[in-house]
Amino acid sequence: MANYSTNEFKGGLKVMLDGDPCAIVENEFVKPGKGQAFNRVKLRNLITGRVWERTFKSGESLEGADVMDLQMEFLYSDGDMWYFMKTDGSFEQYAVEKKALGDTTKWLKEQVAYTVTLWDDNAISVTPPNFIELEVIETDPGLKGDTAQGGSKPAALSSGAVVRVPLFINQGEVLKIDTRSGEYVSRA
Amino acid sequence: MTTDWRPTASIETLRERARLLAEVRTFFAERDVLEVETPVLGHGGSTDVHLASLSLLATTPAGRARLWLQTSPEFHMKRLLVAGSGPIFQLARSFRDGEVGSRHNIEFTMLEWYRPGFSLDELIGETTALIHAVLGRDSGPLRRRRYRELFREALQLDPFAVELDVLRSTASERGGLDMNDAGRDGCLDLLMSLVIEPHLGREGPDVVVDYPASQAALARCHRDEEDGEWVASRFEVYLDGLELANGYDELTDVDEQLARFTEDNAARRQLGMSGVDIDRRLLAALAHGMPAGSGVALGMDRLIQLALGKASVAEVMAFSTLNC
Repeated sequence: MANYSTNEFKGGLKVMLDGDPCAIVENEFVKPGKGQAFNRVKLRNLITGRVWERTFKSGESLEGADVMDLQMEFLYSDGDMWYFMKTDGSFEQYAVEKKALGDTTKWLKEQVAYTVTLWDDNAISVTPPNFIELEVIETDPGLKGDTAQGGSKPAALSSGAVVRVPLFINQGEVLKIDTRSGEYVSRA
Repeated sequence: MTTDWRPTASIETLRERARLLAEVRTFFAERDVLEVETPVLGHGGSTDVHLASLSLLATTPAGRARLWLQTSPEFHMKRLLVAGSGPIFQLARSFRDGEVGSRHNIEFTMLEWYRPGFSLDELIGETTALIHAVLGRDSGPLRRRRYRELFREALQLDPFAVELDVLRSTASERGGLDMNDAGRDGCLDLLMSLVIEPHLGREGPDVVVDYPASQAALARCHRDEEDGEWVASRFEVYLDGLELANGYDELTDVDEQLARFTEDNAARRQLGMSGVDIDRRLLAALAHGMPAGSGVALGMDRLIQLALGKASVAEVMAFSTLNC
């Protein structure tokens, strides 16, 4: 991979730091009056998801990371691994470990396309679409007429997630959920 | 994807900017300081190791010549002082390669002014008055902070006396990077930027004085009254964590000036950087005799940013480096 110097650091660039692939979040150029320049850089570790803040001397460089985001459909899980298939028509499949799935396990639904991040051709993380439609498998019975009061109750969804929903929602309904906030949006 | 043609500042902000620039001109007109315009290009450039000068080849009546985009209007303005201009100011476009960020832009506006006969203290007073005039408010009482005190308070070390290896390990630890091959000033710069600067100017302007002599740039040096250490006769004004202005009791000694230019270029070569043409005409002017006095350079875009409560200099410029 190519090396990138601090003046090429920009949001989204993938680089290697301490052996882990990272994405640059922010790059701030700092320089005192007449002195040496530095770059304060925020990087998200693509494996742990943690954000690191590091300082580099301006002009220092980091090795690029072979990281790609690909769209893949979720197929099935055998309990050990989760299987995804590229949506580019190649039918190529990838097995993903539980560690790489992280919180996304609770948003999994067959035939939905997810963003799978590959590092050196291994899946390191899976991001769900911003909105997903899921069925309610369990919730208290709906309350008729209560559409404007703003009360809420928990509902268990087919993917395993539990979200707060309005009181009028019934078991068996399909809901649109925002996966970033984990919040109910509307009936699908 | 469509190409973004829009300005980085709103039209409303540009109106405010114009009003603040008019405020600056009124401030100096009331004090009988003459507005001047000097060239953006010069045959000489700044040799400062930490400034990257841009240059270009131009066809001049004397043939093809390398001309340097000025990193500040200092050299030309000093030649005017020698020619008897008296006090002068300029809102000058200045250029520093590679400097882009929320506080930096390769091309920016420097407000620079010179006061023959002024002491550094008198100029500190005038700089604060200018800042308050542009902000339209009193940002709080001015505090004088000695460089050494700041390091003692924040890091419990004396920047002049501390052993180099202690300084290196402190810088490495605070910065989270390997500074073991860095020099004294490199370590001090890092600690200043990361540890000290963010806290400066939070309750009014902080004026930092008595810098190490090695960071004098174009300032005279004098013996510190406390312990006889050589310090630079230089000040920096900080407000809200932003470095706003850099002032000098100006170096007028031609031999000392030539020595600093030569040392800078030697240091540049040692670091594998290309040298910068020395400004021979400035040296000739200094040899003729420059009146003693003080001068200051202020980042006008940053001051406008503070006055208008914006988050970056790009928001107060019509077009930033990234979309010019």
